[in-house]
Amino acid sequence: MTSHFALMLLFAAFVSIVFAALMRDDPREQLALGGRMFGAFVGAGVVLGWLLFPLPF
Amino acid sequence: MRATAADRAQTTTNPYVISAVAWLVPGAGHLWLGRTQKGLIFLVTLPLMFATGLWLEGRLFPFQASEPLVALAAFADIGIGIPYVLAKALRLGNGNVVAATYEYANAFIIVAGLLNMLVALDAFDIAQGRK
Repeated sequence: MTSHFALMLLFAAFVSIVFAALMRDDPREQLALGGRMFGAFVGAGVVLGWLLFPLPF
Repeated sequence: MRATAADRAQTTTNPYVISAVAWLVPGAGHLWLGRTQKGLIFLVTLPLMFATGLWLEGRLFPFQASEPLVALAAFADIGIGIPYVLAKALRLGNGNVVAATYEYANAFIIVAGLLNMLVALDAFDIAQGRK
């Protein structure tokens, strides 16, 4: 597995799961926070990737 | 009102012992304190993240005083507890610098260790009755 995007998804999933479990007690709230966090990680990764795309180095 | 398993653990167990156990075995502190759901999540997720890093050919960094950033990475690696010792015993984590996944793998290993430190601190807070 060498796809950068797949590795980013996997990393975001692991971190979101742990943070959601740490920060919320109710499973439903954990799911909501974890989902939001995962989306934010992936969204920020894609946006930053495109912002860096024109740079020559 | 009946005390829960978590309440009983808070009154009878030294928080430092609980956080040490939580550091050695990811999720064990929460399981000990009766937070079974959280404990199981940490028990599965953190070693899996660490193992993924090893599988992707990441490196377990050595402690080198001359290289402060490497020493910091080594400190983070050790945060995962017993899985680190097992990986060392099995001679895993040599790292393959030319692998396309090398940098990602290091991020997985380092962040798994740092997250486990947070989990151990959370167990300490719960044991002290702060949460």
